[in-house]
Amino acid sequence: MKIKVVRRPDLKFGERIYLGTVVKGLTLTIRHFFGVMLDLFRWKRKRTAITMQYPEERWDFKDNFRGAPALVLDPDGREKCVACQMCEFVCPPKAITIVGREFEDPNKVEKYPEVFEIDMLRCIYCGFCEEACPEEAIFLVKEAEIVHEKKEAFVHDKKKLYAMGGIREDRIWKWKHK
Amino acid sequence: MNFLALLGKLLHIVIVGAAVLPLTAAVLVWAERKVSAFMQDRLGPNRVGPAGLLQPIADLLKFIFKEDVVPGHVNRGMYILAPCLSLVPALVGFCVVPYARGMAIADLNVGILLVFAVSSMGVYGITIGGWASNSKYSLLGGVRSSAQMISYELALGLSVIPVFLVTGDLNLERVIAWQAENVWLVIPLFPAFVIFLVCGYAETNRLPFDCPEAETELVAGYHTEYSSMKFALFFMAEYIHMITASALTVTLFFGGYTLPGVVYPEGAWGTMLSGLVFVAKTGFFLFLFIWVRWTLPRFRYDQLMNLGWKVMLPLSLVVIVVTAGFLTVVRG
Repeated sequence: MKIKVVRRPDLKFGERIYLGTVVKGLTLTIRHFFGVMLDLFRWKRKRTAITMQYPEERWDFKDNFRGAPALVLDPDGREKCVACQMCEFVCPPKAITIVGREFEDPNKVEKYPEVFEIDMLRCIYCGFCEEACPEEAIFLVKEAEIVHEKKEAFVHDKKKLYAMGGIREDRIWKWKHK
Repeated sequence: MNFLALLGKLLHIVIVGAAVLPLTAAVLVWAERKVSAFMQDRLGPNRVGPAGLLQPIADLLKFIFKEDVVPGHVNRGMYILAPCLSLVPALVGFCVVPYARGMAIADLNVGILLVFAVSSMGVYGITIGGWASNSKYSLLGGVRSSAQMISYELALGLSVIPVFLVTGDLNLERVIAWQAENVWLVIPLFPAFVIFLVCGYAETNRLPFDCPEAETELVAGYHTEYSSMKFALFFMAEYIHMITASALTVTLFFGGYTLPGVVYPEGAWGTMLSGLVFVAKTGFFLFLFIWVRWTLPRFRYDQLMNLGWKVMLPLSLVVIVVTAGFLTVVRG
């Protein structure tokens, strides 16, 4: 076996008596100290401190962020979901419950979800529902803080899901132009 | 001493020992957290009160209301005694320091000797705490503490001798007076100052010499088994030691409460002004304590001993000899 000898670096006198390197280190830390001090006066555009003041400041999520699933309305404010139950079927943890219902007067759309619930304690944020949806009616929105006081509140009902999703300005206008 | 003077003295002791020093320690804890945060590009405590200034109060409440656990395997009497033994010498050490014009609690002729005698008692608290805890981490911390104290106490004591060689007095008031008349001793005795400062850091168990605590090696060292107020006493003792060390550095090498070329007015205002000057100077050295802590890594234990015995001790002896020789030549 070949023996590899690793020599310790030879320290110069200045390094051996510590003082020079100590001063070097001290200047480094004091520079950071004053960097954050200057932050407080808001003189610089870019902050030195990297701390985010959480409840006041939030993350800037990207558009493809996979947060909580939510239902969306089309640009006319019309419900997109047709209760096909594809998402319910594909959902790995079985978090989605849909009870569909037929329209009395089916002029264009046959069904709508009477009950649409997503149990956020089961949801694993996989985004399969978004992928499976043929109507582009369910999306994972930039909502990452799902916090409720009661366990029951974690089951998001239709109202809550539409409140989170809102109107989606896209080109899908399927039922208007049929 | 008549009764009134005695009462006044007692009041003085209570105000300084039970209010000013612990409060300063509390502010120091806040400063430590804030400065460390700033040096690491963080913001530190900023939720409790403006700029987190009420954080010490929150900490204190936490310490008071936490469950006071005495583990079953400890030596009970010693275990309870140790935190007190650690805090009391820290408080007593401050009594000879003139923190404003004519305002030392005890204006002793042997001032600095008392500080050394008392402050080295502080190690008993740590060692007994480590021993009584009956746990290997605590014991190692305690043993390290006593070894470290012995190694650095010598150099610390020796580094002060040049000061007294020059001023010819052990009384701290007169040391300050000498500096006010002539020059701050840091200028002629810079090597002694450096030795004093470094050994002071070792004596107060502060980084880079915090081997007795050494949280990365010994969990928490000598106070591993302590909780709630008993831990707080150890904690406070460390900070009060820091205050005493800074105050002594200022007194011995930086002219105490005086400023060169400044004559304070007579009366209370002058005394207050001198006190403020003292606070500012001590504050700088306290900041230095924190600054150094968040800059340097801990010494390895053998490096610590090497530095103490092979460098600091001979160096302080050399400084004494050189100073004494110089004085003999100059003063004849």
